[in-house]
Amino acid sequence: MTDTALVSIRDLRIGATTDAGRKVQIIKGVSFDIAPGEIVALIGESGSGKTTIALSVMGHTRPGCKITGGQIRVGKHDITAMTEKARSTMRGTAVSYVPQSAAAAFNPSQRIMQQVIEISAIHNLMPQAEAEKKAVELFRALALPDAENIGNRYPHQVSGGQLQRLAAAMALIGDPQLVIFDEPTTALDVTTQIEVLRAFKSVMVQGGMSGVYVSHDLAVVAQIADRIIVLKSGEIQEEGATQQILDAPKHPYTKELLSAFEPVPHVSAEAQTQAGDRPILEVKNICAGYGPISGGEPHVKILKDVSFRLERGKNLGVIGESGSGKSTLARAIAGIVPAYKGSAAFNGQVQQPALADRSKDDLRGMQIVFQLADTALNPAQPIDKILGRPLTFYHGMKGRAREARVKELLDMVHLPAALRHRLPGELSGGQKQRINLARALAAEPELILCDEITSALDTIVAAAILDLLKELQRELQLSYMFISHDLSTVEAICDDVLVMYKGEVVEALPAARMSQDATHAYSRLLISSVPKLDTGWLTGLEQDPDLVAAFSDR
Amino acid sequence: MTEKTLLARLPTPANLGYSFNWVGRIGLTIILLWAVIAVCAPWLTPYPVGEIVDWDYFGPMSDKFWLGTDYLGRDMLSRVLMGARYTVGISLAAVTLACTGGVILGMIAAVMGGWFDTILSRLLDAFNGIPSLLFGLVVVAAVGSSIPVLVLTLAVIYLPGSYRFARALAVNVNTMDFVTVARARGENTPYLITQEIFPNILGPVLADLGLRFVFIVLVLSGLSFLGLGVQPPNADWGALVRENIDGLSLGVPAVVFPSIAIASLTISVNMFIDNLPIKIRDRSE
Repeated sequence: MTDTALVSIRDLRIGATTDAGRKVQIIKGVSFDIAPGEIVALIGESGSGKTTIALSVMGHTRPGCKITGGQIRVGKHDITAMTEKARSTMRGTAVSYVPQSAAAAFNPSQRIMQQVIEISAIHNLMPQAEAEKKAVELFRALALPDAENIGNRYPHQVSGGQLQRLAAAMALIGDPQLVIFDEPTTALDVTTQIEVLRAFKSVMVQGGMSGVYVSHDLAVVAQIADRIIVLKSGEIQEEGATQQILDAPKHPYTKELLSAFEPVPHVSAEAQTQAGDRPILEVKNICAGYGPISGGEPHVKILKDVSFRLERGKNLGVIGESGSGKSTLARAIAGIVPAYKGSAAFNGQVQQPALADRSKDDLRGMQIVFQLADTALNPAQPIDKILGRPLTFYHGMKGRAREARVKELLDMVHLPAALRHRLPGELSGGQKQRINLARALAAEPELILCDEITSALDTIVAAAILDLLKELQRELQLSYMFISHDLSTVEAICDDVLVMYKGEVVEALPAARMSQDATHAYSRLLISSVPKLDTGWLTGLEQDPDLVAAFSDR
Repeated sequence: MTEKTLLARLPTPANLGYSFNWVGRIGLTIILLWAVIAVCAPWLTPYPVGEIVDWDYFGPMSDKFWLGTDYLGRDMLSRVLMGARYTVGISLAAVTLACTGGVILGMIAAVMGGWFDTILSRLLDAFNGIPSLLFGLVVVAAVGSSIPVLVLTLAVIYLPGSYRFARALAVNVNTMDFVTVARARGENTPYLITQEIFPNILGPVLADLGLRFVFIVLVLSGLSFLGLGVQPPNADWGALVRENIDGLSLGVPAVVFPSIAIASLTISVNMFIDNLPIKIRDRSE
């Protein structure tokens, strides 16, 4: 195997030194091979070292980390023995990289073409005209619209899915033998993800290139990879052909990963609601938007005439793609973006549109939890302060009582009490999201607006958060409004679902019968776009191209 | 054994849980040294500051006059030591005032937004258009030169810049989700400013403070040169350079040493600010 393999990694060790001078091992002796033309997926939760391994194939480590042992060979190059200068000649020509966020990887002030052909200019591979011709061919191969002229646009003039494919074109221009994909579809909508995956797959097969595909999404990996390597805390747990991993996983961790993918159908909390009970949230014809206000209406109108009812103890799911206005709906209800028309009644009381006019008790009863725990937690405050502030603010707790309650809250979200002295930057993604949730719980709310709270998390961690939400609902009689673009999470926790498209509710239906009963064309498209744990799903998937084009701004 | 326990009990940065690198330590040492000199200067000077002690001018370094003599034959060592009082004292006071005022106003403008932000920003922009030396000239001519007037004038000159800087940083932090969360909780502006925004802009603000300190030292010497700063026979370091500038072509110590003093102070302030002690957060050991 070693003779024929394109890439061989032997006993790779990567370490770092902490600020206290302590040495930690991030990658603990990983070995694997990649055959020519083969796509290998590295899968695992965040912190498992999958990106660190992928980057090391280019000889790159993140600042502070160092390759401490082992050997990496790509083709004829012995990466570990090379000088930094020699490595840089190899990057882009032998090995190239497609980053997670193409939007962050493109320079907003340069035209796309200039950036795509940059690799050929740096390595003097070919004259500019030839490089541009080749780039257009790649654009065509990646199914980009208007391939001749798209290169003349600036990055903000194309959609997220297109930009991700353009990033792939950038990586492929130097004819590399190996392409590293670092979670390239994680930030995309489901319908866009399909397009991008299809484009990647066809281009890789045509060019006969090898690939390393880093992801935490098993269903996505199942569509594109030949072999899967399951990682956990810097060690290989299981390695095998895609079909084998999906059908007959051997390692318990892989089994856990697979079972986390299958949503547990939601059993509604006992219907204690009596017929005469007021709904916890009733939204009537709400309209909201952004920008300067003229004539009582904002310049950019996002929400158009949204109405729904949420009964006490029930959960409402809101699904839709980015730009559908689902986050704006939560913000309008919470008063962060004041509604200019319509009303939201909380516990039967109509709320003022703007935050500043609402009473402290109304603010307390309805808490909002944001998607990105990284930005939702103040990086300069330790956890006990973050959790303690709502306790002092709403309940006037101080000193011992406050500390005791903070410990209680941490226990509620299944975190050790010792964590309260840490800063948010010292926690993992899942832990941060739990703190984010605990802060909302500290207010003792009746309704929590969850804005994509599991979207940035790995499958297993997200499943654990959903379990936690259910458990808290049983104990504290909470109601959730759960916003997501992921249908399986919505199915797992919600009673009813609203499907949103361009600021309007296109369909409202019970979550349990979502896949069967959806009638609106957009709902059907959304449901059919969710990747399945089946290697043939993408190839077998048939979607009406007119429908796809009609509902996406491609 | 006892020696070891003594070492472990000393309040060194490492024992207090901080890492503090050598560049920062050197910077802090020099700042403290100058601060001590500023306070104790009257007891340290070998000769009275204004007294002409040498018949020769621009005298070389000697046993009697360690740093030589100036253009009138006064002892340079005494003048540099006394100058520390003015340079360190006036500049530090002015930079503290300018940055405190600018940062607080900048954060309020970023959080409140709207009309308050627009009016304050335009007002301070307009103020920024007045040349700093000209402004100092007018103020000192009108009110007369005294140390409080100098401190306030310098602070007012540098406040708009500090405001702009802090506002730009605070506007970025203000759009973060954690600030939105605090707003949704119903927090008021003072809480948002002190707890949510200030800790997150502290680093760049300190770096800006270091740079602004250097500018203030330079403007102060400019004012002194025009006869509006520290009044003779006393002189700050900038004034010492200016009054002995004729000796530059002769390479006399009278012009070299005040320059070295200014450089050592401004560089060490920046060395210290760029390398503040950092709390060691790695606790998993």
